[in-house]
Amino acid sequence: MTDISPTPAAMPRTHGLSGSLLTESPLMKSRNAAEARFRSYGIAAIVVALLTLAIMLFTILRDGTSAFFQATLSYPVLIDGAIVDKGGKADPAEMAKVTTISYARLLGDSLIKHLADKGIAVEGMTPKEVTDMISKDAPARLRDQVLADPSLVGKTINVNAFVGGRIDGYMKGRLTRESSANDSNVTPRQLDMADKMIEAGILRSKFNWSFVTAPDASDLRPEAAGLGVALIGTLYMMFLVLIFTLPIGVAASIYLEEFAPKNWFTDLIEVNISNLAAVPSIVFGILGLAIFINFAGLPASAPLVGALVITLMTLPTIIIATRASIRAVPPSIRDAALGVGASKMQTVFHHVLPLAMPGILTGTILGLASAIGETGPLLLIGMVAFVTNYPAGPLDGGFLDPASALPVQVYSWASRSDPAFIERSSGAIIVLLILLVIMNVSAILLRRRFERRW
Amino acid sequence: MYDTPNSTEASVSQTHIKIAARGVQVHYGEKHALKDVDVDILDKTVTAFIGPSGCGKSTFLRCLNRMNDTVSVARVSGEILLDGEDIYDKRVDPVQLRAKVGMVFQKPNPFPKSIYDNVAYGPRIHGLTKSKAELDEIVETSLKKAALWNEVKDRLQETGTGLSGGQQQRLCIARAVATAPEVLLMDEPCSALDPIATAQVEELIDELRSTFSVVIVTHSMQQAARVSQKTAFFHLGNLVEYDATQTIFTNPKDPRTESYITGRIG
Repeated sequence: MTDISPTPAAMPRTHGLSGSLLTESPLMKSRNAAEARFRSYGIAAIVVALLTLAIMLFTILRDGTSAFFQATLSYPVLIDGAIVDKGGKADPAEMAKVTTISYARLLGDSLIKHLADKGIAVEGMTPKEVTDMISKDAPARLRDQVLADPSLVGKTINVNAFVGGRIDGYMKGRLTRESSANDSNVTPRQLDMADKMIEAGILRSKFNWSFVTAPDASDLRPEAAGLGVALIGTLYMMFLVLIFTLPIGVAASIYLEEFAPKNWFTDLIEVNISNLAAVPSIVFGILGLAIFINFAGLPASAPLVGALVITLMTLPTIIIATRASIRAVPPSIRDAALGVGASKMQTVFHHVLPLAMPGILTGTILGLASAIGETGPLLLIGMVAFVTNYPAGPLDGGFLDPASALPVQVYSWASRSDPAFIERSSGAIIVLLILLVIMNVSAILLRRRFERRW
Repeated sequence: MYDTPNSTEASVSQTHIKIAARGVQVHYGEKHALKDVDVDILDKTVTAFIGPSGCGKSTFLRCLNRMNDTVSVARVSGEILLDGEDIYDKRVDPVQLRAKVGMVFQKPNPFPKSIYDNVAYGPRIHGLTKSKAELDEIVETSLKKAALWNEVKDRLQETGTGLSGGQQQRLCIARAVATAPEVLLMDEPCSALDPIATAQVEELIDELRSTFSVVIVTHSMQQAARVSQKTAFFHLGNLVEYDATQTIFTNPKDPRTESYITGRIG
């Protein structure tokens, strides 16, 4: 250290690279080969990942897109006052007494009449076979439409009524004449009739918004089943989860990262947070069932309970992400703020937090995105129930009304017997994926928006 | 040996003792980083701390505004008096202390905010101004003191991190000056700067001496010789020698000091 180093000339050249630069030395060759090998592993890994993604998307889109289209009958119906409004006073209370059975008759008779007018007939087909083609859901929709607008009485309106799931399946290729031979729900004559109706333009495949908006429906009418309740349930839950996790997660992270003393107790907390993040979600479901439903007495199937369970599950992830982004703020910024006499709290809130914000938001949204697909704990707290009524608005106690959730809906449709539910299950996955993409894109946008350089 | 001065006194002579350190010890966990340091830092004087890496000079500097409080394993003992008041007294809030003892760091660290907000931050949090006009005035005079005003006066709303390295460091000096401190601590303020920026900052330090007591840690002995009036040499946690800069560089008493300034250790 204190010696004066010898001049280069005095130092004998004992080792080093010799030979021409134009030829590759053997060591260099193997170093380059190692690099080339590593690159090819990386490319192979990415190709495998992309291929898996492509196959997954392809299967889901292939099976699921048809769920957004539904075979629909369009024909004129005379809303006969003699049937739907016997009193003739247009009194809603009076009209509400008319059941869907009357409307079913109205729809059926109108269809038969329309077919007769058009001269479409299939030999040996009974009127009942014709009316059975109409979905059991159609009368209820027509009744709702008329009750909502009593002025329709006496007019002839053009009705769009779903056909039954079997005919829909026949049009989508799910059901063939061979496979329907043993099916008691459909007759060959109905299929003949469907072919003729398509030809005449009465039966068409139409985009079906009600798949996204309508509530779930029973096995008898898969064509009417929709995602409405599940979608609302999921949105309610995510809203509540966001409200619960963000303040708790951020406060906990800031305290642990900036204020808490470093001792065995905070170490213990840290280990526990990491452990909680790794606990299987079904365990949180059991916890939620025991605490929120059995002990606290909150209603089962409610988005609030689902949100509380998912909050417990997501919090560790969010705390870990938030702490990482707080730690990533360069210490020089803290020094700068403390150096001009900012208090600890001012340092954190004026400088550290704004800089950590993009990371916190991305972490939170990614946490929510993984929570949105969570099924296990929701099954345990009863969100798998068959719910056909929309929950009320958020301000009217809707958070406590029974609801379902998208992933649970996927699960419950996939386990039903009617094959028509399989396409709806895939369709629900598409909606879920769209939600996920929206969340992830907003995470990226927020990151860009808040990102600052230092 | 020294008497307690009146801090409100307007005109203080160059021999007025601003900071008096007695028996200062610093431990980082097991490591004894600073051993029994006694120093009197004078007002309106530039005091340079020199010494090899790891000798404890930055550690001592950070004791003077209690920045070591943020290091959980650091323990400071001994007595440091600022105008006769012990800054490690239980009643002293380090936050208030740091408004009086400003600091400029090794790496320029402007906030990722506008140039204006960088300078205005200190006065704002300490409530030094009542109106926007007053604040504008402080920002302008601080930037002028830091010799940065002419370069940035037309782009005060641009971000401070967009400036060049030397400008950023002068912005940091302006930020420290804006809270009107009595002592300005500088931890190797020029180590990240090129020679031209270094010359500007050194010139600035010399001007700042008229208002503050300046303490500068530096690795460059030439810099210490150029800017300071008093120099302290640290070695392995000990304060080896403390004297007028002239004496240290021409006639050091301790052989270790001589070895260092002649380049044989370090």
